[in-house]
Amino acid sequence: MRVLAAMSGGVDSAVAAARAVDAGHDVTGVHLALAPDPKSFRTGARGCCTLEDARDAGRAADVIGIPFYVWDLAERFRTDVVEDFVAEYAAGRTPNPCLRCNERIKFAAVLDRALALGFDAVCTGHYARLVDGPAGRELRRAVDQGKDQSYVLGVLDGRQLAHALFPLGDTLKADVRAEATCRGLAVAAKPDSHDVCFIPDGDTAGFLARRLGSAPGEVVDADGAVVGAHDGAYGFTVGQRRGLRLSQPAPDGRPRYVLGVEPVRRQVTVGPAEALDVREVVAVRPRWTGHPLPGPRRCLAQVRAHGEAVPATASPAGEGVHVDLDVPLRGVATGQAVVLYEGDRVIGSATVSATVSVTVSASR
Amino acid sequence: MVYLDHAATTPMLPAAVDAMTSQFQRVGNASSLHAAGRAARRVVEESRETLAQALGARPSEVVFTAGGTEADNLAVKGLYWARRAEDPRRRRVVVSRVEHHAVLDVVTWLVEHEGAEVSWLEVDAHGRVAPETLRAALTDGPGGSQDVALVTVMWANNEVGTVQPVAELAAVAQAYGVPMHSDAVQAIGQLPVDFAASGLDAMTVTGHKFGGPLGVGALLLGRSLAVTPLLHGGGQEREVRSGTLDTPGIAGFAAAAEVAVKSQPERAEHLAMLRDDLVQRVKVVVPDVLLNGDPDLSPARRLPGNAHFSFPGCEGDSLLLLLDARGIECSTGSACSAGVARPSHVLLATGADEERARGSLRFSFGHTSRPADVDAVVEALPAAVERARRAGLTSARQG
Repeated sequence: MRVLAAMSGGVDSAVAAARAVDAGHDVTGVHLALAPDPKSFRTGARGCCTLEDARDAGRAADVIGIPFYVWDLAERFRTDVVEDFVAEYAAGRTPNPCLRCNERIKFAAVLDRALALGFDAVCTGHYARLVDGPAGRELRRAVDQGKDQSYVLGVLDGRQLAHALFPLGDTLKADVRAEATCRGLAVAAKPDSHDVCFIPDGDTAGFLARRLGSAPGEVVDADGAVVGAHDGAYGFTVGQRRGLRLSQPAPDGRPRYVLGVEPVRRQVTVGPAEALDVREVVAVRPRWTGHPLPGPRRCLAQVRAHGEAVPATASPAGEGVHVDLDVPLRGVATGQAVVLYEGDRVIGSATVSATVSVTVSASR
Repeated sequence: MVYLDHAATTPMLPAAVDAMTSQFQRVGNASSLHAAGRAARRVVEESRETLAQALGARPSEVVFTAGGTEADNLAVKGLYWARRAEDPRRRRVVVSRVEHHAVLDVVTWLVEHEGAEVSWLEVDAHGRVAPETLRAALTDGPGGSQDVALVTVMWANNEVGTVQPVAELAAVAQAYGVPMHSDAVQAIGQLPVDFAASGLDAMTVTGHKFGGPLGVGALLLGRSLAVTPLLHGGGQEREVRSGTLDTPGIAGFAAAAEVAVKSQPERAEHLAMLRDDLVQRVKVVVPDVLLNGDPDLSPARRLPGNAHFSFPGCEGDSLLLLLDARGIECSTGSACSAGVARPSHVLLATGADEERARGSLRFSFGHTSRPADVDAVVEALPAAVERARRAGLTSARQG
């Protein structure tokens, strides 16, 4: 196959590209320039897409012995990922930008361009497995449970999976680093990326405040009593405990958490931990790796990249999906993706639009 | 391999390799007083004479540098600082819109950090500066030409190959008593270049564009002209450019210049023949192709080795990748340090829209080019254009 390897400048994508070469593919490396104004050097484990990352990716490609180019996707990334991220927060939801990037950039803009240019597949350093099953291409969890990235790939449909290559799914991260060293890849010891790549200082609230400005409002408890004030509801995420700056202590003295964010009324609702427990999830814009859900189906539901997957029953509900959780999940925000698994196989995903809590049937 | 990126760098000429390798085996700092130093100095000075003769300059006008970028920096910053020191009103730099970044970014830096002002010389649709445009820039300002530190206009454009009317421009600058610099790195070996006859005050040349080694160049600088040094130290090169002289590099540079200039007429004819053939045949196999730069392919108007096209609906990046995979090496123009191609400022200055600028590709011929190179491009191009067009459509659809 002719394979386009997306190379971030990190160790995973470098080893993935090298393995694609070993597997006999004709591989071309591409670094995706996503930042509009790339900084010269990366600082620690945060951020990406610096000139240093581009250079590291290029060096790895040289060592592997493949052609290497830089593709400028900054504009697409800005509109499809960054602006989407800001708009979602502004609407009181909690998006996952990595998932959006996979859906719209790596396995859409990049994949489409690659296919048009005569490539057969896009290879990345994601930790997930692709298995050709009787019903087509299956996306499965990685062998390295701690690194498993099937959640952020759960948005890919069958066509996208058919043109994907994840050579690291069967390997432990520690072994990937060791392999990078053996292969003479200088990125072997480079720290992992964390957090949101376009917020290099990790201060999401500050980033949103700069983008969305001040929008002061009230913090209320479940009964509607005002217990504090805030500068912008978008700075809060369901399940958040820190930084609430509450003026009124809880009557029972127990910690309070964000239960809901209402951007139009600029209202943040807080309450006790148990009010965060969610029993039902309503989700929209489902994406299925295979066929759409025909009827109720037993599965496992996961709402966070490294969260727990709990037994559930998923049923089609209009254009969306209704998920009944056997075990309550704590702190599910709208905008998050719920990814559905059968065993370790992803069957689909959808975006959470509403939740039903165990105690209160409220938060949207 | 089909190498059609000679404007980026061209293979070394055998004479240059010989001149350098013989020097590599010797010791001697050209500034030392003993026999080894004298021997090195002799090589440097003979090279200086050879280079001066090849380029119509006096040996004393040659300031060796570590390449074209340094020579451009020395000329533009050095002249700006020296002229401003003589008269604090001189803060204006008059510069064309189509300069190489080694000039463009220096001017921008002077504006941002040294209080310079800039007068941009607009170009016509072919990328050429008219002498009247320069005259207007030197007379129209409130200070007339009194506030001008220098004029800088390249000899021939690295992207689209347009040759500037350097002598006419220099005559205008001279009439107003303003020194003029020209980056001539693309011109040597392809066009007749005579520093004295040009009327220029300063001119940049670099070895690796005409068969010399990388990392050695020169600023030809009129003897009466003061420039403020960029590099301070041992006071080499008229105290304008300190640093131990690179004897092997300079020997190779001069040897290449001698050969390149001597063989310039035949070489230009050879390059023009290949280039003309390419232009004609590309128009046949890709009928909607656009030729950028001057459509008059005569050497007075356009570098004989330059062909620069836009392929509507394609990204230059995509074409480069596809041709590279077929063993054909060309260029999309200037790339930034991250390797991300930006729409060419040269094409935008000629009035091209962003799509035309993004879909551009440069093929540049040199002394090792053969007719088979043209055949290979013509054979590979139609399929590459079709693919790149499809890829371009995917991004347009979603964008």
